[in-house]
Amino acid sequence: MNLRRRTFLQTSMTACTVAIAASAGLLTPRTVLAAWPKNAFEAKSVGDAIKALSGSSNAANSSDIAIEAPDIAENGAVVSVTVKSKLPKTEQISVLVPENSTPLCASYLMTEDTESFVTGRIKMRKTSDVVAMVKADGKLLTTKKAVKVTLGGCGG
Amino acid sequence: MVKKHMKIRAWSESDKTATVKAIIFHPMETGLRKDKATGKPIPAHYITELKCELNGKTILTCLWGPTVSKNPFISFRVKNAKAGDTIKLSWVDNKGESDTGEEKVK
Repeated sequence: MNLRRRTFLQTSMTACTVAIAASAGLLTPRTVLAAWPKNAFEAKSVGDAIKALSGSSNAANSSDIAIEAPDIAENGAVVSVTVKSKLPKTEQISVLVPENSTPLCASYLMTEDTESFVTGRIKMRKTSDVVAMVKADGKLLTTKKAVKVTLGGCGG
Repeated sequence: MVKKHMKIRAWSESDKTATVKAIIFHPMETGLRKDKATGKPIPAHYITELKCELNGKTILTCLWGPTVSKNPFISFRVKNAKAGDTIKLSWVDNKGESDTGEEKVK
């Protein structure tokens, strides 16, 4: 009887520890990711994504933003995109692909210690424009570049 | 379990700016792909946030979605960074996994 009681205590203790660890494991990212804009990343259109990301959809075209991306991307799974902004006080650079099921790819929060330059690799489902949106001095500015994709990269 | 690993290179081009290039080894699953053998969807697994620090001060925060490529690459330029400074990158993914890497500016 005593032995059984010991086993019971041990198993319940282990179960309890596991439960605590699991809840901690689940809760940690949520607290860390407080800033991660889930709605923006799940938005199905560019307009919705921009609105969810920055609260406004009034984005003007600008020639001060440059996108460097290949004209033809053979593999849509890896498309190298560089965004440069000449605008002063660039706060945020976002990369969107309208033809992807979720257009928002990445958003970079710049600080005064970083130059307005960022390179990343994104996936593209099919031939599409690549839209770069820059938030500079409180204003939203965009520019786009067409990229032809020969092989889709989202596997869907 | 994902093999946790990243490569960081950082070098100063002049006295004032440094270039940082990094590759993080991560599957970046969108959740849309299907396992060819079983036909079941592969669950989404992607980095959501990458924080870049220079000597402990956050200089760049990357918010990533599932449409960032597998084994993501990032390059950016840092102002006022000189040789010997520490660049630290730390990421968190949607499953709560995380990793950190450090490299000195050359």
